Amino acid sequence: MDLHTVTEVISPARPGQWRPGDAWLGGGTALLGEPRPHVTRLLDLAAAGWPPITVRDDGVEIAATCTIAELADRLGRHPIVLQCCHAFLASFKIWNVATVGGNLCAALPAGPMISLSAALDGTCVLVGPDGGERRVPAAGFVTGEGTTVLRDGEFLRAIHLPSGPLGARTAYRRGSLHRHGRSAVLLIGRADPDGGMSLTVTAATRRPHVFRFLSPPSAAEVEAALETIPISGYVDDVHGRPVWRQHLTRHHARRIRAELAV
Amino acid sequence: MTIEINGTPHDRTPLPGQCLRTYLREEGCFGVKKGCDAGDCGACTVHVDGTPVHSCVYPAFRAQGRSVTTIEGLAGPSGLHPVQQSFLDAQGFQCGFCTAGMIMTTAALTDDQRADLPRSLKGNLCRCTGYRAITDAVNGGSPAVCPAEGAAVGSSLGAPAGPQVVTGTARYTFDLDVPGLLHLKVLRSPHAHARILSVDTSAALAVPGVEAVLTHKDAPDRLFSTAQHENEAEDPYDTRVLDEVVRFIGQRVAAVVATSEAAAEEGVRRLRVEYEVLPAVIDPALAMLPGAPLVHGDKGIAEGIVRANANVVGELHAGIGDVEAGFAAADAVYEATFRTPRVQHAALETHGAVGWLDDDDRLVIRSSTQTPFLTRRAVSRLFGLSRDRVRVVAGRVGGGFGGKQEMLVEDLVAMAVLRTGRPVKWEYTRSEQFTAATTRHPFVITVKAGARVDGLITALQLTVLVNTGAYGNHGASVMHHGCHETVAVYRCANIRTDAHTVYTNTVPAGAFRGYGLGQVTFAVEQVLDELARMIGMDPVTFREINVVRPGDDLTAPGAHVPDLGIASYGLDQCLDRIRAASSTTDTAPDGWLVGEGMAIAMIAAGPPGGHFADATVTLLPDGRYELAVGTAEFGNGSTTVHVQIVADELRTTPDRVLVRQSDTDVVGHDTGAFASTGVVVAGEAVLRACRALRARILAAAERGPSEIRCLTADSVAGISLATIAPLSGSGHFDGTPRSVAFNAQWFRVAVDPDTGELRILRSVHSADAGTVMNPLQLRGQIEGGVAQAIGATLAEHVDVDEAGQVTTTTFRQYHLPTVADVPETEVHFARTTDAIGPLGAKSMSESPYNPVSPALGNALRDALGFRLTDLPYTADRIWQAIQDHRP
Ligand SMILES: Cc1cc2nc3c(=O)[nH]c(=O)nc-3n(C[C@H](O)[C@H](O)[C@H](O)COP(=O)(O)OP(=O)(O)OC[C@H]3O[C@@H](n4cnc5c(N)ncnc54)[C@H](O)[C@@H]3O)c2cc1C
Ligand code: FES
Ligand code: FES
Repeated sequence: MDLHTVTEVISPARPGQWRPGDAWLGGGTALLGEPRPHVTRLLDLAAAGWPPITVRDDGVEIAATCTIAELADRLGRHPIVLQCCHAFLASFKIWNVATVGGNLCAALPAGPMISLSAALDGTCVLVGPDGGERRVPAAGFVTGEGTTVLRDGEFLRAIHLPSGPLGARTAYRRGSLHRHGRSAVLLIGRADPDGGMSLTVTAATRRPHVFRFLSPPSAAEVEAALETIPISGYVDDVHGRPVWRQHLTRHHARRIRAELAV
Repeated sequence: MTIEINGTPHDRTPLPGQCLRTYLREEGCFGVKKGCDAGDCGACTVHVDGTPVHSCVYPAFRAQGRSVTTIEGLAGPSGLHPVQQSFLDAQGFQCGFCTAGMIMTTAALTDDQRADLPRSLKGNLCRCTGYRAITDAVNGGSPAVCPAEGAAVGSSLGAPAGPQVVTGTARYTFDLDVPGLLHLKVLRSPHAHARILSVDTSAALAVPGVEAVLTHKDAPDRLFSTAQHENEAEDPYDTRVLDEVVRFIGQRVAAVVATSEAAAEEGVRRLRVEYEVLPAVIDPALAMLPGAPLVHGDKGIAEGIVRANANVVGELHAGIGDVEAGFAAADAVYEATFRTPRVQHAALETHGAVGWLDDDDRLVIRSSTQTPFLTRRAVSRLFGLSRDRVRVVAGRVGGGFGGKQEMLVEDLVAMAVLRTGRPVKWEYTRSEQFTAATTRHPFVITVKAGARVDGLITALQLTVLVNTGAYGNHGASVMHHGCHETVAVYRCANIRTDAHTVYTNTVPAGAFRGYGLGQVTFAVEQVLDELARMIGMDPVTFREINVVRPGDDLTAPGAHVPDLGIASYGLDQCLDRIRAASSTTDTAPDGWLVGEGMAIAMIAAGPPGGHFADATVTLLPDGRYELAVGTAEFGNGSTTVHVQIVADELRTTPDRVLVRQSDTDVVGHDTGAFASTGVVVAGEAVLRACRALRARILAAAERGPSEIRCLTADSVAGISLATIAPLSGSGHFDGTPRSVAFNAQWFRVAVDPDTGELRILRSVHSADAGTVMNPLQLRGQIEGGVAQAIGATLAEHVDVDEAGQVTTTTFRQYHLPTVADVPETEVHFARTTDAIGPLGAKSMSESPYNPVSPALGNALRDALGFRLTDLPYTADRIWQAIQDHRP
């Protein structure tokens, strides 16, 4: 929709330009999807020209401005990447515009790029107003529904995915009230070559929860891990009741454990 | 930097915060639609450098230096793009508002994506079709039919507007460029109930571009109802254009008119209002209790409110026979209480209107309405204008479903035009559709019924509570209608009904497809299903024993207009189909619970108390005919049928029939396109007009009215039609007497007990619509009705919190059925010919909706072993119910 209060677009935007009333612009699919009467300037990151995917020795760096379509195209050979792209309620047309960084920064429980980054031990690279960088684990980037660790004037530059987890075996389960509806539960299990396993709970909960096990866990160990999420940590909205989400989390966790155990 | 649109460079720089959709429309590409304005519906799909995107969430500045293709630019020089052609061939549309987006999306699909349409089309919503016609179109439809002279009725003739719809050139309400247009935005109440003490407009008026601010002080001191009925007394007069008292969160407080939407919005933000907050009642169960806050305590019987001092708009307390004796005679008695939530119509085109003064200073309102003539009447009365000083027109309307049998915008647009003397536009946002339009009435229905072991129903008792929200539009009529055909379809000697429609301080409910029948049917058909189980009888046989048969009177408690009768009867055929359906088999995943269920519904073909239509048919000098008819076209398909009638009655071909419609200037009167009347009332008027004209044409050739064979498409008795043109014939129908149509629905479902997921394995619908005027279109209406009802049963609910605030305000929060959610429904037609309807036809627009929810409820009951009484049946609720029923 038209953002009538916006009077200026800075394109491309650079560190240090942010002031109150500004919004970083990725694809804009979330930003333009709701009235934003407090936004007066758009700081366009998508025009920065960052290469969407950079392959390094220790993994891949996904630019915040990499679109979902580019991600699916370049890294879709990893099943978990494609599964997470399809987890969007949004269709392939939104993928053409929406960015990976925009998805993390929108910080919705049902943000599948959050699930992906957290499940693959990603690191978020943040750039402050002075141009300085800091790094935070992707699992901790989102702090609640719509909230992140980003400070005023800071933006997300990239997500680094280490090569080990990206190449690891994964198991994916998603629950929704509707067949291609918005995610109500999204669980990713990852079996590492060293015998460790991790279980990432997203969509059902207000923020991601990552559980790490040094060796393949027993059913009871998985249960016990999930017990640590209080019922108040589950999302309560029209996309599913908290108790159901909690149940589905356990249900799918059991199946993921069984799948990765063989 | 320029933006190339369909091959032509455009130099104008977009505004900084503008989305591409608005820019494209400003540049004249009206085929790019605004359905949701939030990325959800896909109606705005365009290609940017060949890539499909949703232009409402695409920043316009980013298109600079790129090339954009819209629906207008898709066709090559050699005619339609293949996808446009297949949408035309398969008639993959009804109202057509989603069609441009569907076509632009389909044109961009890879083969892999075509192989998985539920996924690839998840970003394209269609409210009308139920998707079968769309997926047929995507997969390549068979060519449309071109019926020969005299063979149009009964053929699957395509909609006359089809070529415009698939090329994006059909003109909907806002698809016109009005120079000097002002924009209207309203401030809405943050309180469920409050008195406005003051409105400080100074800061708003100081915003550059703001031309006027309208408050209750400017509004006419006249009451009206937003509901539109031929008989105005049907609805209480409880509404003002702008009121000093606001009665729900979201009600209009004041309007700002400005040279741009941006300025109007800014003006709204600068209004300062002082309120005296009043006590509010949100829960309908509390509304009638002594001491409850009164929503319209300042009004009464004079305004058409039965008991304003108890928040009761209307009530029905009546019976036939003796229900207590009936229950005493029963071998089985079952009673349960059912709840249906608020549902949004979710027509893809929102409410809105554009108004201006024409060269004669006449007020013209172009509106997204189902009732141009009644709206003209209402506007003239409100502003003290004679009817000939007001003209109301509808362009093509992007879906209605009853929601547009209401005057929600025209009054305020009229006031703004009269105040400023300038053209004014007001277009609802999608969120306003949820918070400040109308919803389906939420009902609480208790049904108690008894039956003997031989299957005879001995007594039926209904207790019904209808929540009309803050205003009484349609509230009493929906209650009366809901309590009528639902029980009148059964021969039962003892029936008792106690029903109330109450006010609450919540968003008003209004007319919605089914008009109360769907809600009450949901309860009645489930209780009867349970009774059949209790006496060990299959549900079809149980229905056969009890339903009305030809020759029976249609009776239900209360006073009813006696012009309703069974003028054709196909319910027996419908039931045969349902019985056959249950002998099929389907496979379900291991461990899932499988069940089947059915329900029936009856609907009157037209409303009681008068529904009028005028039509005129004119022979033009070139030998074509021009039909003038009042009915609006919003995907209801009436126009197609009208053309078919004209073609056959005048022995010509459909391509030689022009239609002028939905304009108060073209005919004398038309009550409107609602209450399932497009074919049976307006169609009858068209038929009569054709016959009058035909007699004149024959007379001009000195032939008698029965010498029809002398007439061909070019001549009459050898005389060229051109030589006798122009000639006209007029027809009128007053909508009485009325017949009834029947529907039956059957489902087989499977439920995953671990997750609550419900899958429809098979869906069968059987309909008695009398003569099938257009099989493809009728099938489409039924599929669309079933799909919309599946949405209401399995997904949709407009939520209102304890303060009275609507909390589901976007399609992201209100899940409309997508391709993935709608199973294919097998559709069967009964073979009947009606003695009243034109050429034997009956209504079939609202009614397919009605038996769907109870049939699903009964199937779910069969699968689970217990009954779910509250809609919707979402997976989380089903799973929760399974937990609650664990021993
Ligand atoms: C139909 C539809 C379905 C959708 N389904 C889903 C879904 O299932 N799950 C989901 O999570 N989302 C969904 N979305 C929302 C949205 O499209 C996605 O979250 C998308 O990934 C956002 O990316 P974007 O680049 O468009 O973000 P933008 O709209 O550009 O930005 C989103 C937010 O992040 C900020 N931002 C963007 N980039 C940065 C950056 N690099 N650094 C700092 N701040 C930044 C913006 O200021 C804004 O607040 C859906 C949207 C639509 C239209
Ligand atoms: S209007 Fe753009 S997706 Fe609905
Ligand atoms: S035809 Fe699809 S929304 Fe009306």
